[in-house]
Amino acid sequence: MTAMVKAEGVHKSFGPVEVLKGIDLEVKSGEVFCLIGPSGSGKSTFLRCINHLEKINAGRLYVDGDLVGYRQKGDKLYELKDSEVAVKRRDIGMVFQRFNLFPHMTSVENVMEAPVQVKGVSRGKARERALELLDRVGLADKAGSYPSQLSGGQQQRVAIARALAMDPKLMLFDEPTSALDPELVGDVLDVMRDLAESGMTMIVVTHEMGFAREVGDSLVFLDGGVVVESGHPREVLTNPQHERTKSFLSKVL
Amino acid sequence: MTVDIDKTPADTPPAGPEAIKAIPVRHYGRYVSAVVAIALLVGVVYAFSQGKINWGAIPDYFFDDRILDGVGKTLLLTVLSMVIGIVGGVMLAVMRLSKNPVTSSIAWFYIWFFRGTPVLVQLIVWFNLGLVFEYINLGPFYKDEWSDFMTPFLTALLGLGLNEAAYMAEICRAGLLSVDEGQTEASHALGMSHSKTLRRIVIPQAMRVIVPPTGNEVINMLKTTSLVSVVQYPELLRAAQDIGQTSGAPAEMLFLAAAWYLLMTSVFSIGQYYLERYYARGSSRSLPDTPFQKIKANVLSLSNRSASTGDTA
Repeated sequence: MTAMVKAEGVHKSFGPVEVLKGIDLEVKSGEVFCLIGPSGSGKSTFLRCINHLEKINAGRLYVDGDLVGYRQKGDKLYELKDSEVAVKRRDIGMVFQRFNLFPHMTSVENVMEAPVQVKGVSRGKARERALELLDRVGLADKAGSYPSQLSGGQQQRVAIARALAMDPKLMLFDEPTSALDPELVGDVLDVMRDLAESGMTMIVVTHEMGFAREVGDSLVFLDGGVVVESGHPREVLTNPQHERTKSFLSKVL
Repeated sequence: MTVDIDKTPADTPPAGPEAIKAIPVRHYGRYVSAVVAIALLVGVVYAFSQGKINWGAIPDYFFDDRILDGVGKTLLLTVLSMVIGIVGGVMLAVMRLSKNPVTSSIAWFYIWFFRGTPVLVQLIVWFNLGLVFEYINLGPFYKDEWSDFMTPFLTALLGLGLNEAAYMAEICRAGLLSVDEGQTEASHALGMSHSKTLRRIVIPQAMRVIVPPTGNEVINMLKTTSLVSVVQYPELLRAAQDIGQTSGAPAEMLFLAAAWYLLMTSVFSIGQYYLERYYARGSSRSLPDTPFQKIKANVLSLSNRSASTGDTA
């Protein structure tokens, strides 16, 4: 398997605060890669660096073999234009903690928007595909509803369908169930499990240890902007080697 | 809250526990202030009825051709100035919010200048620019004497429109800033460009914040057009003044103009009210009452109150 995402010494600071202090990791194509860690550990920031919503300050970050946000010619780096960054982002779907659905559009319009506006797909075809995707996340009957008329869990499933509409090769999940009522978490995790089984490469920032253990192929525990421990989810979660991992897991499990 | 008690009709016995029947607090201060206010109002009306005003002149000239022409020009000027104001305002707002320091400071300077000087002064300056420029020369496209180019209409339009753009810029900026940053991020994450994000995602959501104050600006603009009488443009006020001088009823013609302005602003206010109500859909669960529904509710509560006080007395 080839590497879908490769990070080499990734650093990121917000002003004087250094959030990522040299991250090295590799996400293989087709795997479900879970990022866990206490809040403020930099896991969401790292995820946002992958589709260049944040610029990294040092190190190298590759997606599917290409540098993120830059082009290398010889030993010089050139910043990519906004339009070039936008092209790269088409292949990377992202699901946010707070859904971020477009409130002035219905579910099906939310899902159609990017294919029509970015890829130039005809409205008819885009609608057909959008309805398929809504069906896949179990919301075929909510196509005409506005986000404000949906529950949190339904909104998040529409958001997943919206990301899938661009046929991404990589999906980023930024704490997709953290803003949901406990009883709604299961529906969203079911959709993500289906997606994992279909072979999608997924990077999931999560506090759902059950999901990580069951579905995850790799797991990284991040704390203070560094990778503390990594390995197969079952090993790390049941038999953590590091003191910090142990104390974190004892609090969340 | 006494509202609930008021709304229960006094003659139908409540099904559940017995409703409270109490003698309401007497607000003597309210009676006094009402009497004073009515006395003042009567005084003002009496004073005007004693003035030497030829009221008959107002209906005589109300639909005079010159007045109607003035009304039409006032409306035309209002609409066109607002178009310039809104288009310019959106551009300035986007410039001010852009990361380019040059465009954002130019926008800042424009707003600072046009908001900081009286619109009347701006109008007179536009009118008198002919003193500084003899010709207007746009290279191969256009060349003319300044006085021929700068007609009273163009002076009025530029003066009002460019001034309005400064105010609209701030209104639009507030609207754009009101849209959650997560919307822009989600749109960018889908691979949408800056301009598509702005057009498809941000602006439609900003409209809810932009529309109500813009309605206000339209009404303001309608009244501000009366200032352009100083640059010789024959809008409503100027037409009324001209008739006043020739017909020997100058004060009456000003009342007439005031009546027309009131009429037009009232129509715009009603339009604005329903537009705001329209944009409130989706953001608020229940729509506010229309004025008609409010009046109905007030009348009902009044009749209920008199009925209940009649019972207790």
